[in-house]
Amino acid sequence: MTGLTAACAVFAIAVLLIILSYIGVRGLSSLSLQFLIDTPKPVGEGGGIGNAIVGSVMMTLIASAIGLPIGIGAGVYLAEFGKNWFGTTIRFVADTLIGIPSIIIGIFIYTLVVLPMGRQSGLAGGLALAIIMIPIVARTTEEMILLVPNSMREGALALGAPQWRVTWNIVLPAASTGIATGAMLAIARITGETAPLLFTALNSRFYNYYYDQPMASLTVQIFNYATGPFDVEHKLAWAATLVLVGSILVINIVVRYLTRKKY
Amino acid sequence: MENKISVSNLNFYYGKSQALFDISLEIPNNRVMAFIGPSGCGKSTFLRTLNRMNDTIPGTRADGKVLIDGQDIYAAGSDVVALRRKVGMVFQKSNPFPKSIFENVAYGIRINGLHKNKADMDRRVEKALRDAALWNEVKDRLSTSAFGLSGGQQQRLCIARALAVQPEVVLMDEPASALDPIATQKIEELVVELKKDYTIVIVTHNMQQAARVSDQTAFFMLGKLIEINPTQTMFTNPNEKLTEDYITGRFG
Repeated sequence: MTGLTAACAVFAIAVLLIILSYIGVRGLSSLSLQFLIDTPKPVGEGGGIGNAIVGSVMMTLIASAIGLPIGIGAGVYLAEFGKNWFGTTIRFVADTLIGIPSIIIGIFIYTLVVLPMGRQSGLAGGLALAIIMIPIVARTTEEMILLVPNSMREGALALGAPQWRVTWNIVLPAASTGIATGAMLAIARITGETAPLLFTALNSRFYNYYYDQPMASLTVQIFNYATGPFDVEHKLAWAATLVLVGSILVINIVVRYLTRKKY
Repeated sequence: MENKISVSNLNFYYGKSQALFDISLEIPNNRVMAFIGPSGCGKSTFLRTLNRMNDTIPGTRADGKVLIDGQDIYAAGSDVVALRRKVGMVFQKSNPFPKSIFENVAYGIRINGLHKNKADMDRRVEKALRDAALWNEVKDRLSTSAFGLSGGQQQRLCIARALAVQPEVVLMDEPASALDPIATQKIEELVVELKKDYTIVIVTHNMQQAARVSDQTAFFMLGKLIEINPTQTMFTNPNEKLTEDYITGRFG
């Protein structure tokens, strides 16, 4: 039994390591400072992912600004007050939403935001990503808060703390590491999303700092480079993939460090 | 001798099942009252009705009167938060917050806005820790995690935390049941010390403990109050046959 489970563990890790090292080997050869700054150029003239990096960061920021507060708030409600029909309904809807293919959320935002606005935009892309984020963050927040022992809540209540202070000063800090991990997983997930951005943010060949304009993203750029007919484009796709995976790794390490257990 | 707490005809229900039957008793000021009885007899449930801690469990209901300083704490519009400030509680398992030792004690002071300034806060935290006989052991490590303390120290920290908000009554739910004999002895000495300033109600499984620390003892069984008497009388010459059987270890 130990041997079997160990074999499964090794297999799981091995697949990850193979993917990471393959991306590393293929990506490193085309990676350069210029590549990180340049915008896409006609085939054969080099080109880079500078505008895609900016677009990805901007859309992740706005998605997080919308998705994290709402998701964490909903999670707190579900854990602390959601033992009723309303909570059960919300929980069911959130689980359903998690299971919806992300391209459908892209179409939804396309109908709701892109058509009225008359064009694709970074805002629409960010909104689509936020919708993907909210149920994931809500459910992980709920689970993490439920792990906080009830005795801690009672200890605070017994001191004359009102319910909201117990949640705010005791429960949330106690669950913060777990909530941050959940938030990170959600951010990592949306950073890797391509499908919902195709209809909503579209793409752009230029640096764009305005949320009301079409916006490039790493994933859509990878998709474009990878589906191109030329080998130089494929090389650029590998390099962009390395940047994407690397940045997710870095964000994860930073957040782990910032939310490490202090007490 | 004035009565701090006066309970009359209290019934308590978890959903449909009744846990307490028609309890009436008086708890005098600045004394230690011990509740004894077999597991599941309702003594902890009763203790938790005294600061309405049971309100946090859905589906519970109490009827009857619980007067503290003459105020019915179950009356409509009665302020639970103010009640819990006045009636502090120490739990069976020590439950420090995931904060520093200092912040654990400071929390109750801060949320109730008792301190005037930083120096006043420091003074109040020190006093609470001294009252809980913990100051000398932790004064050099106030900013370290409360989880780094031993079990007995954590429990005394919880007592300090409860004392810091200056309650008038302290409820203790088997405060020493998870501790070794030396830590238990410290808690017991503390209880005797604290009754100068507080009214103390302590639930215990340990009859020697009840005999050592309390002035009065109440014996509960199956949700009913069987007997209440001065501790001396209770352990030498109880009124009820049931009490005698329990105390001499014939059941329970």
